[in-house]
Amino acid sequence: MTIQAQPISHTHEGHHPNPREYLMLDPKPRGEMNAMVMDAMHATSWRFWVVAAFLGLVVLVCLFGAWGYMIMEGLGVAGVNRPSYWGIFLVNTVFWIGISHAGTFVSALLRVFKAEFRRPFTRAAELMTTFGLVQAGMSIFMHMGRVWLSYWMFPFPNQRQLWTNFHSPLMWDFLAINTYLLASTMYLFLPLIPDLAMARDRSTGWRKIFYRILALGFRGTEGEWTHLRHALGIFAFAILPVMFSVHTIVSWDFAVAMRPGWNSTIFGPYFVVGALHSGIAAVAMVLIVVRATMKNMKYFIRPEHFNALGKLMLIVSMAWAYFFFNDYMVQWYGGDKWTDALLHFHEAGPLGWMWFGMLICNVAIPWLTLWNKKVRTTPGLLFTIGLLINLGMWFERYIIVPISLTINRMPFTWREYVPGVEIPLGIGTLAFFILLYMIASKLIPLVPVWEVQEGQLAHSLRKFGKETVVTVSDLE
Amino acid sequence: MAENPIKIPEFKAEWKEGEAGRWGMVIDSDLCTGCQACVAACAMENNIPFVGEDDAAYGRSMHWIRVERFWEGEYPEVKTTDFQPVLCQQCGAAPCEPVCPVFASVHSQAEKINLQVYNRCVGTRYCANNCPYQVRVFNWRDWERPEPLTNQLNPDVTVRRRGVMEKCTFCIQRIHKAEDQAKSEGREVIDGEVIPACAQACPAEAIVFGRLDDPQSRVSQLAKSRHGVQLLEELGTQPRITYLKGA
Repeated sequence: MTIQAQPISHTHEGHHPNPREYLMLDPKPRGEMNAMVMDAMHATSWRFWVVAAFLGLVVLVCLFGAWGYMIMEGLGVAGVNRPSYWGIFLVNTVFWIGISHAGTFVSALLRVFKAEFRRPFTRAAELMTTFGLVQAGMSIFMHMGRVWLSYWMFPFPNQRQLWTNFHSPLMWDFLAINTYLLASTMYLFLPLIPDLAMARDRSTGWRKIFYRILALGFRGTEGEWTHLRHALGIFAFAILPVMFSVHTIVSWDFAVAMRPGWNSTIFGPYFVVGALHSGIAAVAMVLIVVRATMKNMKYFIRPEHFNALGKLMLIVSMAWAYFFFNDYMVQWYGGDKWTDALLHFHEAGPLGWMWFGMLICNVAIPWLTLWNKKVRTTPGLLFTIGLLINLGMWFERYIIVPISLTINRMPFTWREYVPGVEIPLGIGTLAFFILLYMIASKLIPLVPVWEVQEGQLAHSLRKFGKETVVTVSDLE
Repeated sequence: MAENPIKIPEFKAEWKEGEAGRWGMVIDSDLCTGCQACVAACAMENNIPFVGEDDAAYGRSMHWIRVERFWEGEYPEVKTTDFQPVLCQQCGAAPCEPVCPVFASVHSQAEKINLQVYNRCVGTRYCANNCPYQVRVFNWRDWERPEPLTNQLNPDVTVRRRGVMEKCTFCIQRIHKAEDQAKSEGREVIDGEVIPACAQACPAEAIVFGRLDDPQSRVSQLAKSRHGVQLLEELGTQPRITYLKGA
């Protein structure tokens, strides 16, 4: 057991901040905290049901209804054409995978680096990963011409005597996303077990049965905790390279193709950073909504967390700008005639506003606002900035997929892409994501109570002379 | 292709296409009148559906061959370039093939042709994105065939349904027919025996088809012409179609 001591940081005005602002230094008794989390799950207002019913309707009509229609009619009802064979479906796929990234990034990376502020919101972030991947997977299936045969992508012995083509980037992609979905679900489930056991001990009826099955008989013995900590340590380290590889492989779908504008060596890290850019903004947005709408969440999610996430957003925005500039600069300077035509089309084409909008939302707005602590800690402002960043990142993917596909080496085929049924389907995935999140928030403890309690146990305030000092003991 | 002056050892194990059985085509742009007879004949031969005005205008026409024409300058000072019929170039190193996850886009060992196996296709459309010539067409819908036209369907060619990719096959059904005929008569296929629908319909005889592995064939002779160019040659796709320009 190691003990670190650090003074509480001073503000420039010179007075000490109130240590009770920080969740780790504002402990509550265990029983009370457990009751607060249980209460947050149970307390359901009529507004929740209204919103859930509305979203359910949207999912039914826009997602399953429109999808069924598209399956019956063919992809002609969508806007894809020659040369834009890929459209908003793949824009949404990349977008949702991006959203799903930050969940793991925030949770695993901060866990690995022992950033204490992560404790109350790791689960909220991990849930985003799993549910975001569900939307990404569905968007890929929507995109396929014969989705009813999509299982042919699985390498399994079959009567057609055909293996799958591992030379295809789509195969790598398929395997990477599946790996990530499995790994992130396990990573979500592991730290959930003690909280499910806590919920099992405090509920009755069907919930009791539900939690008893999911808690796998966790009793909280020292041996169980040791195993859990070991497993979490392994998973947190192991899932990070998986996370980086997934979005790199998604970027290879584009980067290995023989197309101007796509064939770029920097697409891998550029996509990873882009994913984090939209994803961290989405984590902040989700936390703001959770804090505003769920009971007792103001205790767990505090301005300090928004402050930290706001800083992260600013740094990632800078990294994104660097990669964007690098990609753009090299392609532009190269002077290839098709790439030149494409870059010109990006900026001055009919959707040039989207290109400028992307730069404004992804770079200008975060840089001009997030340096300010007041902005970072004001939920409404941070939510707006997060929304704009996500809009900007969606624009970025739209520019990379259908807009870049418009320009190719055979100018005779150049034709603009106009989305069709992709729009309701995209709205459907968004509604489905929110709906899944809402249902999950009522079924599983959204705050990892044991992690918060563990953190609070490890933190203590001491006085050294006149200086108040925080000491953190490492429990492992 | 010129011999590489610097001897660089090959580090990329590339699949190399054999010489035997290579079919190829020569299109003389100077003879082409842009009459679109090849487009119509191809559609008849290969059961290509009619997509209607709206879809055709939106870039969804299904023709396996298209006649490209470009303008230079503003009206009335317009200069048109040659007509350029573009169909699948049957690349020796085809970018469409490696990207298909389900082996729907494959290389035929016998005819050295890029084949699309309709029954395997799941419709990811990656092959079409990776095709630099943009000659692959996708069945965006199940288009209706107006009544008498159903009697026109060619029984030698599969009818495709919605959600699969397709493209020019060099009229492989005609190649097979000629090969079967020659085999039954105990001889080799004669040069000029196989004529794809587009070449057959061309009134200017701008399209010549035959075996490139036979140095005596008409198509080999023409392909060696110094007026011959290949589309996007610099990409290294090794197309099987040579265009003759400015003879």
